[in-house]
Amino acid sequence: MDTFNTKLSELLNTAHINPPLTGSSQINVGTTERIISALGGALLTYYGLKKLDTAGIAMAVAGGALLFRGATGYCPVNEVAGRDTADSESILIQITRSLTIRKPRAEVYQYWRRLENLPNFMEHLQDVRQLGPKRSHWVAKVPGGVGTVEWDADIIQEEENTLLAWQSLPNSTIDNAGEVRFMDAPQDRGTVVQAIISYRPPVGSVGGLAAKMMNPLFEQMVQEDLRRFKRLLETGEIPIIEGQPSGRTSKNY
Amino acid sequence: MKALCWNGINKLNVERVPDPSILNPGDAIVRVTMSSVCGSDLHLLDGYVPAMREGDIIGHEFMGEVVEVGPEVTKLKKGDRVVVGSVLGCGGCEFCQTDQWSLCDNSNTHPEILEKAYGYAGAGIFGYSHAFGGYAGSHAEYIRVPYADTGSFKVPEGIKDESAVFTSDAFPTGYMAADMCGIEPGDTVVVWGAGGVGQMAMQSAWLLGAGRVIAIDRFPERLAMAKLYAKAEVLNYEEVDILEALREMTGGRGPDRCIDAVGMEAHTTGVEQYYDRAKQAVRLQTDRPAVLRQAIMACRKGGTISIVGVYGGLLDKFPMGAAMNKALTFRMGQMFAQKYIPKLLDIVADGQVDPAYLLTHKWSLDQGPEGYKMFKEKTDNCMRVVFAP
Ligand SMILES: NC(=O)c1ccc[n+]([C@@H]2O[C@H](COP(=O)([O-])OP(=O)(O)OC[C@H]3O[C@@H](n4cnc5c(N)ncnc54)[C@H](O)[C@@H]3O)[C@@H](O)[C@H]2O)c1
Ligand SMILES: [Zn+2]
Ligand SMILES: [Zn+2]
Repeated sequence: MDTFNTKLSELLNTAHINPPLTGSSQINVGTTERIISALGGALLTYYGLKKLDTAGIAMAVAGGALLFRGATGYCPVNEVAGRDTADSESILIQITRSLTIRKPRAEVYQYWRRLENLPNFMEHLQDVRQLGPKRSHWVAKVPGGVGTVEWDADIIQEEENTLLAWQSLPNSTIDNAGEVRFMDAPQDRGTVVQAIISYRPPVGSVGGLAAKMMNPLFEQMVQEDLRRFKRLLETGEIPIIEGQPSGRTSKNY
Repeated sequence: MKALCWNGINKLNVERVPDPSILNPGDAIVRVTMSSVCGSDLHLLDGYVPAMREGDIIGHEFMGEVVEVGPEVTKLKKGDRVVVGSVLGCGGCEFCQTDQWSLCDNSNTHPEILEKAYGYAGAGIFGYSHAFGGYAGSHAEYIRVPYADTGSFKVPEGIKDESAVFTSDAFPTGYMAADMCGIEPGDTVVVWGAGGVGQMAMQSAWLLGAGRVIAIDRFPERLAMAKLYAKAEVLNYEEVDILEALREMTGGRGPDRCIDAVGMEAHTTGVEQYYDRAKQAVRLQTDRPAVLRQAIMACRKGGTISIVGVYGGLLDKFPMGAAMNKALTFRMGQMFAQKYIPKLLDIVADGQVDPAYLLTHKWSLDQGPEGYKMFKEKTDNCMRVVFAP
């Protein structure tokens, strides 16, 4: 998966920006890994249950295990393997996703550039606040009610209506970086938005394992965030069915 | 309110559920006055459409009265009498803007389900499983209609409910089937399946310039309707060899345009039926393509196969060699309701076609389960049961 992604980014000539190697990737077992575990666990459980099939249920079970580990800080795999997660090399996870939005490039760019808008379509974000022309403060929800994660980020590259890149500040809870490109689609098809999101999971075999399992989910998360962005811009609303009637008594949709 | 819920394969129940409410600014709430069964629902009942959940309200061909509109709705108001297309289109994406509404990028709430199976996902459809958005269907007293401005059409005064309701689904589907044929003057058009969709395809073939229309089915009463209302010549596939009959009827050339208005649960006679059913049962193939196979063989060289009968997954023994070497054109798809409904309302208002004859039974919603049983088994000369809650 990792080499595949590297090849893709070479092909697309993307991702020059990587997260710093200072925060989540360097901390020993503890807060960060617990948060990552909980986050990944909740994501696995969420998407697993949403999928409603055997693969989905396997996902949900794996998610439950990670969630347990995140919540308790106890990892049986870690104990059996007799390792801690301190000294292996760090991994870089990178996700590239594109979508085409039938709106002019300037409009699409401006909506994203107003970073306060991001939580409107990025489901895991609770709040983004612009602190200065380049600096912003991010608050993400950890699904499953485990809490929130916060970090500061800087816009490190900006070309109006073309490119936006940011990076978390050194020593963040989750080392992460992102790059979004805005390009004209052929003919009158609107704007291609390409997002390249990267983050460093905690070091070590367990961190790596968790990252491997979580990677498809993060891909899906990026995909669905982008999709909500498109839907918001193209139609002004995000389609939902939560809250509509059904014959189910437990969940009302 | 009352609603007809899917509770498992061939398990339908009328239940009390909460009333719908406006959830998005572009929504409207419609009081359903008529809601029809459709052949597509049989695929849900028989379990061929995955991602149904117990308690889902089914039904997608309907009309009614607007009782509430969201703040962004501009074209509708309380009291409007409307027919609503079965397929949801956002109006803003590339596909909606180019009139390919069932390919809408935005109306499916769970596109990831179909993306895994198909690469890219189509639009949401009312009452048609979570793979198609999980929207509550129309077999209920009220229904929430998202993107109300794009999908609802005011019914002109002169058109009665019994005619208007079928411009929601059966008529646009049949019309699109004929439209996709690219009929040239004098062409012979054959329609497999004399259900509601097939009947409308026959009527539309005439409108689009066919010289001859031939209907194929096995139910005498349906063939009789095709003859009487759609002026079709009819063939009963249980009585004649279809390939031979079509060849002889067309001077040895074969029909120019072939419409599949049957889909994945085609019925067959002979060995083929056991073969296909066995494979379908163990999921080696998901769909039974008997009609498609026959249409490909029957079609003249360089002709067109137009498919509106629904397929869901994989086919076995698909005569690709015949299709390729005869240079056939294939057109297919879930129908583009919003593209056709205004035109069809005009056609009905003009009296060129009156689809009201499809309505053979008008029942109360309480009789939903029996209605579907009758429609499925095609008893009591049933063409379409319409529920008037
Ligand atoms: N593409 C769309 O948007 C769309 C919309 C509505 C319905 N549909 C599909 O159209 C199809 C027909 O719908 P309907 O409401 O008319 O259903 P229906 O059940 O009323 O009619 C189907 C007819 O096909 C006949 N049939 C079965 N096997 C046959 C065979 N081998 N040869 C000839 N005829 C055969 C049946 O006897 C029946 O009369 C279904 O597959 C449905 O899912 C598609
Ligand atoms: Zn239908
Ligand atoms: Zn659309």
